[in-house]
Amino acid sequence: MNTNSQNIAHHRDDFGSKMGMWLFLFTELILFGGLFIMYMVYRVEYTEQFHLAAKELNLALGTINTLILLTSSLTMVLSIVAIGRGSKKVSIIYLIATILLALGFMVIKAFEWGAKFSHGLYPGGAELANLSNGEVIFFGMYFVMTGLHALHVLIGVVILSFMLVFLLRDKINKDNFIKLEAGGLYWHLVDLIWIYLFPLFYLLH
Amino acid sequence: MEENLVHQEHKNTPGYGYNILIWLTLISLTCVSVAVAGLDLGAYILLTALVIATIKSTLVINIFMHIKFDDPIFKLFFSLIIFTLFVFFVLTAFDILYR
Amino acid sequence: MSNSNSIPIKSFYEYEGKHKGILGWILSTDHKRIGLLYLWSMVGFFLVGVFLGFLMRLEMLSMGPTIMGPQTYNAIFTLHGIIMIFLFIVPGIPAAFGNFLLPIMIGAEDVQFPRLNLLSWWLYVTGGLFAIVSLFLSGGPIDTGWTFYVPYSIRTSTQVILPLLAAFILGFSSILTGINFITTVHRMRAKGMTFFKLPLFVWALYATGWIQIIGTPVIGITILLVIIERVFSVGLFDPALGGDPILFQHLFWIYSHPAVYIMILPAMGVVSEIIPTFARKHIFGYKAIAFSSLAIAFIGTLVWGHHMFTSGMSDTARWVYSFLTYIVALPSAVKVFNWVATMYKGSIRMSAPFAFVMAFIVLFSIGGLTGLILGSVATNVHVHDTYFVVAHFHFVMFGGTGFIFFAAMHYWFAKMFGKMYNEKIAMTAVGILTVGFLMLYFTMFILGYEGMPRRYYDYLPQFQFLHIFATVGSWVLISGLLLMFGNLLYSLKKGAPAKANPWNGMTLEWMTSSPPPFENFNYHPEIKYGPYEYEHYDEAVKDEYK
Repeated sequence: MNTNSQNIAHHRDDFGSKMGMWLFLFTELILFGGLFIMYMVYRVEYTEQFHLAAKELNLALGTINTLILLTSSLTMVLSIVAIGRGSKKVSIIYLIATILLALGFMVIKAFEWGAKFSHGLYPGGAELANLSNGEVIFFGMYFVMTGLHALHVLIGVVILSFMLVFLLRDKINKDNFIKLEAGGLYWHLVDLIWIYLFPLFYLLH
Repeated sequence: MEENLVHQEHKNTPGYGYNILIWLTLISLTCVSVAVAGLDLGAYILLTALVIATIKSTLVINIFMHIKFDDPIFKLFFSLIIFTLFVFFVLTAFDILYR
Repeated sequence: MSNSNSIPIKSFYEYEGKHKGILGWILSTDHKRIGLLYLWSMVGFFLVGVFLGFLMRLEMLSMGPTIMGPQTYNAIFTLHGIIMIFLFIVPGIPAAFGNFLLPIMIGAEDVQFPRLNLLSWWLYVTGGLFAIVSLFLSGGPIDTGWTFYVPYSIRTSTQVILPLLAAFILGFSSILTGINFITTVHRMRAKGMTFFKLPLFVWALYATGWIQIIGTPVIGITILLVIIERVFSVGLFDPALGGDPILFQHLFWIYSHPAVYIMILPAMGVVSEIIPTFARKHIFGYKAIAFSSLAIAFIGTLVWGHHMFTSGMSDTARWVYSFLTYIVALPSAVKVFNWVATMYKGSIRMSAPFAFVMAFIVLFSIGGLTGLILGSVATNVHVHDTYFVVAHFHFVMFGGTGFIFFAAMHYWFAKMFGKMYNEKIAMTAVGILTVGFLMLYFTMFILGYEGMPRRYYDYLPQFQFLHIFATVGSWVLISGLLLMFGNLLYSLKKGAPAKANPWNGMTLEWMTSSPPPFENFNYHPEIKYGPYEYEHYDEAVKDEYK
């Protein structure tokens, strides 16, 4: 045993890193899980009003966002496949595509929210005050859930940007790309949450 | 030993084509769910939407997130979490459904 | 240090890494230093919490305002709860002793993610700082009780957002520790250390890690929702806007009930170490105890509604939760039976750790049994929100986990600090603590049963005597604490140097010097025998560790 070592000589353990990442993802699943439980409670209580309020949401934009996120999951995976095959340039392109798609999602989300705000349909807003309790709750859940999700999209953009830098600097390479896989896992989770948010808010009618 | 594991998983990794196929499936399912939402299914609308969402999730988790090809322990852990979440839903439902 | 025939091993205290002095501690990724950092911070917060409790008991000496008014009293019991729960008992044994010992007990050099481990401690400190700073911000100290129920937590003008953020950050710290421990146990066990050769303390930490991962995010979202409500008035918990306050309680207790298992499982793990060592006998029912930890972790996530029997929840839910609550008592009982069976016909060596464990078994059993009274809906309605509940949770959390925290301090004192504490003084302290504890808290069962509500600073004349008795008990308890901590502090400086294996144990922490070297071992441990197979002691233990 080398007693002169500066740090504990940790041999690389990709399996362990993956396990750690999955355990963290479980906490995110459960974080959103709490919100989904609330959604279930309120949907049972206010079934009619939820259907009514959902009409205010823009199905086209919601669908486009769903397609964007699904595609970004694809580009994420392809980025990993590419680096696994040593195709650094291809991997970079797919990773950049993922980030751009994520930003596209945010832009559309900003439009959606902006439209709601300008129509007074937000907590404390003029139009919302006229609506029934169930509709108020629907919008409350909508803003909180899509808001928290959007925050995670932003965090994902930051994480993937770091991964891009690592990729450019060869810190992520053909023989060591666990970081990219971990970042990818996080990104897929963001997609997963939206897969459930979409029908629960946009496909109610 | 770990190196072997890493190589094994990477051998099983689907290539570009397979992943694109999965993506096409996901896109199609999304379109189906939007189309179906316009129909009058009454109480079944929620169930249908959730079933489709679950199929999509299963694909993302198994293929994109690689759980199908990884060590079974990840499947075990994931099932544990899903089961726990499910129980949270059920127990909460015992309250709100019977108030 | 090892015996005189071998070269003295450089302890981890003497190790010089990238940083020197205090930076070498607060920027260290050495799990042993991190564990000690937690230990010191935690004991500090504990003493603050004790002081707040002391003030509360002074106030309760007489009816009406005694030394403070109602607003101050509300703030003090809130802070007492927040500190004791989030800054002491929940991080508690895992953060202090788990960090120090888990890697050593499995024969590893450190945890799986050492830098994440350091981050966990920094998050802990940040959370603590946020909580302290919040006392001085606009609105004044939070007065909602540690449970911050809605609607009051949304409407009170006291400073709520910052302490809630503190709790959020502390939750994150807890989650990272759980992730670290679980991965460490899966990936870093030494050669020969199969899952069923793990010390039971490790099993306990493993089960606890799962609860940290599964439960904590729910309080995370609950906290975020309350903060969002206070800022944006979304209405999700506001009945006027269609929200459901009982939903808050569900989300709150989905974490906060499993949290008590985060508190007790590691303590039970420590008990499962101490009893075989001081009875010099293999633990009775190793697998039963290991699996019961997992069972408690799992079933414990299902029973949260028993905190809500009087909330307005449905009757169906009430009997479901009551039933599940009775089920969760079973694996705990299995442990108690197995511990007692281990002692039967063992060769008992009395010591402070063992004495603490004796006290624990009595106090925890009383606490557990009163849990059955609380778990039955009919009796719960009578004692809910009374001092009966306060007594129950102090028996299990303080008489339970707290006493074992103290036991662990003594049991592993030699290993961590290389010194022996004074046994006679320690034993005396155990006695004083137990007497004081019973005077203070058993009295509360009676108070609660007779109708004294909790969180009230005023009361009716018939409760006067019992309150005075309890307060005197608090002084006895505090004397015991001072004696105990005084003894340990003194022994840090003046205690006799400790051997590697003062208790002749067989778990791996005893197979290295006291204190251990930086890499934990100066050899590669290989495991042949289980942790309590004393019949193989001579073969399993190297000479210098006998």
